[in-house]
This record gives sequence, C-alpha cells and structure tokens, in this order.
Amino acid sequence: MSIGHTLLGLLESGPRHGYDLKRAFDEKFGHDRPLHYGQVYSTMSRLLKNGLVEVDGIEAGGGPERKRYAITDAGITDVQRWLATPEAPEPYLQSTLYTKVVLALLTNRNASDILDTQRSEHLRMMRILTDRKRKGNLADQLICDHALFHLEADLRWLELTAARLDKLAEVVTR
Amino acid sequence: MTPAGSLLAAHDLRKAYGPTNALDGAEFSIHPGEVVAVMGPSGSGKSTLLHCLAGIVTPDSGSILYDGREMATMNDAQRSALRRSEFGFVFQFGQLVPELTCVENVALPLRLNGTGRKDAERTALSWMERLEVDDLKAKRPGEVSGGQGQRVAVARALVTNPRVLFADEPTGALDSLNGERVMELLTEAARSANAAVVLVTHEARVAAYSDREIVVRDGRSRDMERIV
Amino acid sequence: MGVRFAFTGGREGWGRLLLTAVGVGLGVALLLLTAAIPNVLEKRDERAAARMLFTYTDREVSKGDNTLLAADATTTYREESVGGALLQPEGSRAPVPVGVDKLPGAGEMVVSPALKELLGSDEGKLLRDRLRYRVVGTIADTGLIGPAELLFYAGGEGLVLDPENSIVVRIDKFGSEDDGSSDSPLDPVLLLMVLVVFVVLLTPVAIFIAAAVRFGGERRDRRLAALRLIGSDSRMTRRIATGEALAGAVLGLCFGAGFFLIGRQLAADIELFEISVFPDYLNPSLGLAALVAVAVPAAAVLVTMLALRGVVIEPLGVVRTARPARRRLWWRLLLPLGGLAMLYPMIGNGRDNGEFNEYLVTGGVLLLLIGVTALLPWAVEVVVARLGSGSVSWQLAIRRLQLSSGTAARMVNGIAVAVAGAIALQMLFTGAEGEYTEYTKNDLTRAQMQFTVPEDVPLASAVGKFTETKGVRQVIAYSEGYVGERRKDSQLFSSVTVGDCASLREVATLPSCRDGDVFAIKGAADDDATAKLVELGRPLYLDPSDSGLPRSTEAAWTLPKDLKQAQPRMDPTGIERGGFLITPSALPAHAAPAVTGQLYLKLDESVPDVRDLVRNTAARIDPLVEPSLWASSQRSDEYENIRVGLFVGASCVLLLIGASLLVSQLEQLRERRKLLSALVAFGTRRRTLTMSVLWQTAVPVGLGLTLAAVVGITLGTVLLKMSDIPVSVDWMSVLSMTGVGALVVMGVTLLSLPPLVRMMRPEGLRTE
Repeated sequence: MSIGHTLLGLLESGPRHGYDLKRAFDEKFGHDRPLHYGQVYSTMSRLLKNGLVEVDGIEAGGGPERKRYAITDAGITDVQRWLATPEAPEPYLQSTLYTKVVLALLTNRNASDILDTQRSEHLRMMRILTDRKRKGNLADQLICDHALFHLEADLRWLELTAARLDKLAEVVTR
Repeated sequence: MTPAGSLLAAHDLRKAYGPTNALDGAEFSIHPGEVVAVMGPSGSGKSTLLHCLAGIVTPDSGSILYDGREMATMNDAQRSALRRSEFGFVFQFGQLVPELTCVENVALPLRLNGTGRKDAERTALSWMERLEVDDLKAKRPGEVSGGQGQRVAVARALVTNPRVLFADEPTGALDSLNGERVMELLTEAARSANAAVVLVTHEARVAAYSDREIVVRDGRSRDMERIV
Repeated sequence: MGVRFAFTGGREGWGRLLLTAVGVGLGVALLLLTAAIPNVLEKRDERAAARMLFTYTDREVSKGDNTLLAADATTTYREESVGGALLQPEGSRAPVPVGVDKLPGAGEMVVSPALKELLGSDEGKLLRDRLRYRVVGTIADTGLIGPAELLFYAGGEGLVLDPENSIVVRIDKFGSEDDGSSDSPLDPVLLLMVLVVFVVLLTPVAIFIAAAVRFGGERRDRRLAALRLIGSDSRMTRRIATGEALAGAVLGLCFGAGFFLIGRQLAADIELFEISVFPDYLNPSLGLAALVAVAVPAAAVLVTMLALRGVVIEPLGVVRTARPARRRLWWRLLLPLGGLAMLYPMIGNGRDNGEFNEYLVTGGVLLLLIGVTALLPWAVEVVVARLGSGSVSWQLAIRRLQLSSGTAARMVNGIAVAVAGAIALQMLFTGAEGEYTEYTKNDLTRAQMQFTVPEDVPLASAVGKFTETKGVRQVIAYSEGYVGERRKDSQLFSSVTVGDCASLREVATLPSCRDGDVFAIKGAADDDATAKLVELGRPLYLDPSDSGLPRSTEAAWTLPKDLKQAQPRMDPTGIERGGFLITPSALPAHAAPAVTGQLYLKLDESVPDVRDLVRNTAARIDPLVEPSLWASSQRSDEYENIRVGLFVGASCVLLLIGASLLVSQLEQLRERRKLLSALVAFGTRRRTLTMSVLWQTAVPVGLGLTLAAVVGITLGTVLLKMSDIPVSVDWMSVLSMTGVGALVVMGVTLLSLPPLVRMMRPEGLRTE
C-alpha cells in the first residue's frame, strides 16, 4: 500500500502539519502499526520534491519542524489516478483496498466505483485462471483453484464492504 | 442506441413492484455465443432483469430488442412462444417436474413446441448424453442427486437449441465441485451451440465462466467492460 | 403436546384446525340429527296417539255426562291435509283434547297456530269459507304433532251417533287405548328404503370426516419432521400427530353440537312431507349421542394412525416407505361380493313376505358401498398405469396420478360412494313410485273428483249445488248400490247403477235408452254374478244385510221382463263396470234408500283452486263428507319430494366433498408454486397447465363415477328385486347424479384456477 498516496489523500481535506498527518493516519489506517515520524517526513519531502504538495507555512517554536503541508493540483490528480486504478489481484490486498475506500469516502469520491472496478479486475484474473484450469492437468487445476479461492475471498470481502459503505462513511467522516 | 450486432439488448428498463423500484434504468446487451454474468447483491434487481430480458415479466418502461424485435410490445402468447422456441432456462431448484422421468423432463420443451413424444425423447436423450446424465433417463427427479438434477435441467434448457440460455443461480443449491462441473458443461454446451448465456449469480467463481459481467445495484446496471 | 401444537400453529395452523373442525362438525351435526330421528318418531307417535278419536275397540261407551260425540272432519286444502274434528259434549264432564282448555261451543272452533295463520292470510281465503266457525282459541303445542300442523276442533251440533260407519262416535276420553306403536308395522319396502337412505347418506359423511381429519396432512408430516430434527423420537411424533387430530376432532365435536343446535332451532320452520317437528323432539338419544362423541375422536385417531403407518418421519423430511406394494384385487372384490351375498337371499321377498332382515340389509348395502372405496384405488391404479401418451397436459396429469394414485382415489371415494348410493336409491324410489301409482286407473279426462252424497241429502239438490260451483264442467250423477239373491247373507253380488240415460252411457254402451229401461251388462271383466242373477229369475234384494251387522235396506226388486242388454265400457273410475243399470223411473220408490248417490265431477283445471271450490261446496252439503280427488299419481308427489330431497341431500354431500377436494387441490398447488412458475417461464401455455389440473381431477372422478354408476345400478337392481318390483334403470337419475359429480369437479377446477394463475406468476421464481 502506498503511504504517499494515503498522506496525499488526507491532505485533500485541508492543509495539515506533519504531526497532524501522522495522527490522522494512525487513527484511520494505522490500527496496529502506527507510522513513524521519520516515515512521514521522508514521504513528505519526496512528495514536495515531486511537486505534489507544497509548504503552506512554518510555525516557529520548539520541537521538530512545524511545517504545514497543502496538496497541489498535481497532487489531487495523482490521488485520483491512484484510486481509479485497480490493484493487481493479489492476495492480502485488503489493507490497500480498505485505505482506498476510506480515502474515497473522506474525499467524497464514489467508493462503490472503486469496488466495482476492483471486482472487474479480479474477475478478469479469475477468468484467466478458470480458463487455464479447464485446459490444464490436475496439478494446474489445483494450483489455479488455490488462487481462485483466494481471489474469491477478496471479492467476498469487497462485496461485504460495498454493502456496508454507508455505515463506513458514517464512521470515517465523523 | 444498442451496441451493434447484439442479439438481445435492453435500454433504460424500469420495473417497480409496489413502492420498490426493482429496475431503475437498467441497460443490457449480449452477442450471439457470449456468456454474460449478471452480478450484484441480493435484492439488487438482477433476477428482475433476467425475468424482463426473458419476457417472463414486462417492464414498466424501456425497450428490449431481441433479434431486432421489440419484446416490450409483444403479448403474453407471443412472449410464451418466444420462450418456448428461442430461449432456454435453468433455475436454482424446483424446476423439474417430479412425476415425470428425467428424459420426459428434458423432452418437455420440445413437446410443448408440438414435437411428437418419440422424436422429442430421442433428441432429449442425445442432450443428456452430452451432459453425461443419459443413464438417469428412466429415473424420476426425486431419485437423482442435486448435481445430476441440475445437469438434467441444463439438458432441458438446451434441448430446443435456444439462442439465449437464461440461468438464474444455476449452481446455487450445489457444492463447489458439482457447481463447477455444471458450469463447465453448461458453458461448453452453450458455446458449441453458439447460444448466448445470461448468467445471474452472486458467486465470483461461477461468474468466472463468463466472458464479461454486468453489475446490478439498486436497479441500475453497469457494464464493466465498457467502463474499464 | 400435539393438542397444543394444533392450537399454537400460527395463522396457518389455526386455519387448518378450523377447516378440520368445520368438516368434522358438519359430519357430527348430521350424525346427531340422525341419532335424534328415533326420538322424533317416538314423540310424534306419542302425541298422535294421545288425541286419537277412534279407538277401534269393542268397548261400548254409553251416553253419560262424561261423554261427547265426535266426528272426523279432516279436510284437504290445496295439497295439504287439515286435521279436524267436530266435538259435541253430552254432559258437563265431557273430555277435552290435549292442548285445549275448554271445548269450543257450537259454531266455534279452536285452531293450531299454523292454521290460525293460514286462515288469517290471503292464502287461506277459501279455507275460511269452508271452516265457518268462529275461532275462540288456539291449540297449545302439547296437542300438536309438529309446529306446522294444521288442526282444528270445532263444536258440533246435531251430531247423530253412527257406529256403523264410524263417522260419528261417542267417546269418554281422547287417546288410543294401546300406545299406538304396534298397530301399523312399517311397510317392509318402506323400511328397506329408510335403512338404505341412512346407510347411503351416512357412509359418505363418515368418509368425509375421515378426509377432514387428514386436511393438510402433507404439511403436517413436514412439520413433524421438523420436530424430529429438534429431538423428538418417532413415537413422540406419532403421539403429537394423534394429539393434533384429536384436537381437530374434539373441536369438531363442539362445532357439530353447535351446528346441531342451530339446525334444531331452524327445524321448527321446516316442513317436509307435511311433517314438521318441534325442536324439543330433536333430542338425540343419550346412547347414540355418546356413541358419536366417542366414535368421532376415536375414528380421527385411527385415521391418523393408519395414514402415518406408511410414512416414516425422519428428521430431515418425510419418507414414504418405498413404493407401496401393488394393490391386490381379490380382497377388494370380496367386499362388494360379500355385500351382494348378504342381500341375495332376500331377492324376491317383496312387500308381502314379511320384513327384511335389517342387519343383512344394512350390512349388505354397507359392504357394497365400502366396496366402492376399496375398489376405487385399485381401479385408478390399474387404469392410470395403462393410460398412454397424449398431449403434454395429459402426460403431466397421468404421470402425477401414477405417482400417487392412492391420494387421488382417496379424494374421490366420498363422491363415488355418495353417487353410488344415490343412484341405487333413486332407482328404488322410481320403481316403487311406479308400483304405487299403478293402483289408480281412473280416467282423468272424464272426471277428476268424486263425491258420495250423504243419505239425508236428495241427489238432485247435491247435483244442483255442484253444477253451480265455479270450475265444475259436468256432474255425472248416479245412485249406486248392490244387489244380491237373498235378503240376508247373499252369495252373489252385483252392482246396481241408477242414472239417466246420458249418465248411464258413461258407464256402458247402450243399444237404446228410455226412461224406465233396465239393462244388464254382459261380459264385463270379473263379473259373472250378473248373468247368474238374471238366470235365477226370482226377486232380488237391493242392499242385502249381513249377519252380525245392523239390518240394512233389503229392498226387494224384480227384474223387468224386457231386460235389455248393454255392452261394457270403461267407466269414469277406470274399470269395466258390470251389474245392472236402472233408469230413475224403473227404480221402485221403496228401494231408493238402498242406493247411495255418487257424483263424478269433471273439472276445469284451469280455474284456480277449483278443487277447493268443490270441497267448499261439499262442506256446505255436509262438513263430514269430503269429495275424493282422483289424480293419476296420487303418491307421485310424495315420491317426487323424496327424490328431490335425496337429490338435494346427495348434492350437499357432494358439495361438502367438493370443498375438501378444493382444499387439498389448493394445498397441492401451493406446494408446487415454484415448479409452476418455472414451467411458465420456459414457455408452457397456461392452458396446458390448467388442462393438466383438470385432467388430474377429472380422471379419478370419472373413474369414480363410472364405478359408482356400476355399483349403484347393481345395488338398485338388487334392491328392486328384493322389493319384487320390476327392474328398470332410471337413467335420468344416473345422469343427474353423475352430472352433479362432474359439476363438482368442474367447480373445483374452476375455483382453483385463480390461485393457479396467481401461482404461475414469475414471483414464484424468486429465490430470495
């Protein structure tokens, strides 16, 4: 999953300090793995370098840097592109997909579109596997089935999430 | 308006059951020999879409073109005749007539079309062979397993050489192994007969047997191929 | 526990319970009604006996202050009999009939409430003219046999004791000496009919009760399977099932008692064959009521047990124990053959050879009818197995019947038994009707009523009064009597007819006729006395006496020298009259009392109430003599009524069974709603499905009706032979009964069409 895109997305709702960013990230996505400050600053400096964010202002006063970041138009476009691109149907995608969905909700984008797009991508993969399975030998079939079942599990999760989008939106935008 | 070369296409279908809108501007199209999965959560209107497309239900508004003919303006008898001769159906369960033998069940659509009993049962048996259930011909549906029964149902759906096969959760009552076997036989038989298949399912692994999928949500359809 | 389940089964459970209870209730009400009939007959007999005027005993009652003179004044108004008596007290302690406080004085009368109402209505105008007494009171219920009875007691005046003809009698108390029950044993044929009616009407009721207990049986089985799933063992489920059936039956008993009480109150307003009953007559004898109360729940339990015998209730569904064994024919044939064997010895018994053995009759008829229920499942199975291909609807129906022919047969059994019994009864009635009506051979084109002129009324004045009566076209008047060769205890008897030439020509063909002529009719059927009397050539005696009876006229009469010959011809009474014909002036004056005036009246039947106009004239001449009415089928009305009643009864039973057919049909359809929707989806025409539903009912019912017709005609033939009545099949009744059966099928199909159409909608396809 992309921390950069996630932080960018968080900035879309308004300029934030680095510290705020970390707190928001931890609260919404970091459940069991809080972000390191270092990770935030290195990511932000990369984004700054690529022109996706700009420094909105620096607060004087003790502590580490108190820079306030704001997203640029290029940054918004980048988030949009990332959200619209389905992830490669691989196992253990949930965290990325979840992040995408929450971000879409936070930024008032259509989250179910993300899910539909992702399902389509999954199905494309599953068709290929099904086809291979049909034509292959037993070993192929078993291997394909393994993949198929994992993809199916992902999809089920997708459906479940899609069905609960309203509830999720309520929670994340609170 | 409808994609060129499509065999069955629907535009802006609307259908309300009481206060609930089962279909709210749905679109659909399918080409000859194509397998299209209709997916969506329960109550999304996917079964209603299938019923409309198959002429079982008339939509409140919108058009359904089958082979260049407008189905929305046909009367009940015309639509019944169309279903008898051009369409085939497989449902989740409860579709085989329990008191008829399997071969008689398969022959039923031919008999409804006026074919004599002997001819109908001969054709039926050849289809049962293709679906590997010809050994069940003298058995009654109550005496065969779910997977076998469903394959008999597929044979029955294909016996009239339909141009469109409508399958509503055809594996819904089966375990995954039996379900996949049924799907394999169904799609193979349909492809070899160049029949289009409208496949309503909520299972991804079943939908994976399709060429493309359409997602129905809140009575609206999304053709994923055209979006991607 | 099963009882609790029956009551707590939710809306559907209640519906099923209610259905069973109503079905059982109707059956129970009918049974209770039947159980009350002996009591009704007894009560009616008691009351009739208690007010009997004539005791037919040899006891001479001598005049005293505790006697009265009584005369029967029963008359007929329209088609109904109006009972009545003239009572003339001879002293202060004269007896008073039951239900009357005080004897009516001369010119007064007391009447029954029904008669009072009739007299007060427009309907009773002509009767008012006849009974011109002042109404001074009503007869209490205790003096009446039924609430609709028409009865009056009028005060008599100038009655003269007439023991010879029992027209006027002297009595010192009302009521018969004996209890009245032993005097007239029921006509054996009538008894036979009554027995058969009971068996024929009650057997379908029993079958219906059995079917009612099984209402919703398949659903129940499935529910029991669910109970097995949560851990009840198979004995427990059986107990639960019986408990449920028991609940239905017991509730049915309550319903039945309710229906019966309602019916009992309604009974007061019903009059059948001039018989009406007071509600309090309808008390089922305690023993029979108890029998019903015990037998019905017992039967319910038994039926349930039997039905569950072939069903194994497994936790995950109901398993019918494999394919049932092929039905065997031999024991099924045994039942009807046994029935025939029981009836056979009584063939040719007729009405003259004493009573039929009630047990054999009941048993035989019962076995024959139950034979239908035993044969039908076999017949359905055999026939259906052989029915070949046909249209799709036919195939669907036949295959279904092949799979469960027993269910189909069970549904039709009731209809078949009812129809078989009804056909047999109709045949018996039609045969008996022909038998009874043959007695009257009167030529109705020449005269329709006859009036016997009382001795104290001159013939001419009576003729005059009738001639003036509206609607009387012609009055043919004779004086009739008998002539013998001796003054007392004659050996030869011949009839004597006195009348003018025109009248005499009505009874014989005369060569010529003048007043003063006397004719002897030569060669009339059954008359050889006339010729012998002519040969004797000595004085004859008109109205000779018999020893032991009071002396009669004994008028000597000599045959004239120029006795003329006449040829017989059919007279207005429909017989060839023999004897002597005398013109008025040829009858010596002293012989006039020896003959009685007889008037034959030709009526214009298009005049409304012409018969009652005549009766009124007769009542003016003498209230104690009523003209008799000739009708070609005096009894046919009564038989027609019985037949109509039977037809209605059988139709009601059929309707009842039709209702249960409909219920099971609907239940079956509901179970198949998904299948029906699927069939419609792949293009089955609605017509095909409708036809298949029709075939499915029509085939077993058709078979049932055919079997019923065969058994019914057989039973009818046997019954007719037993009654010694020529056998003729009453095809009309066969047709009408099978027609009603067919109508029931059509009705059931028609009524199940709307739900069928509803179930064929695609909604049934929804799986969510």
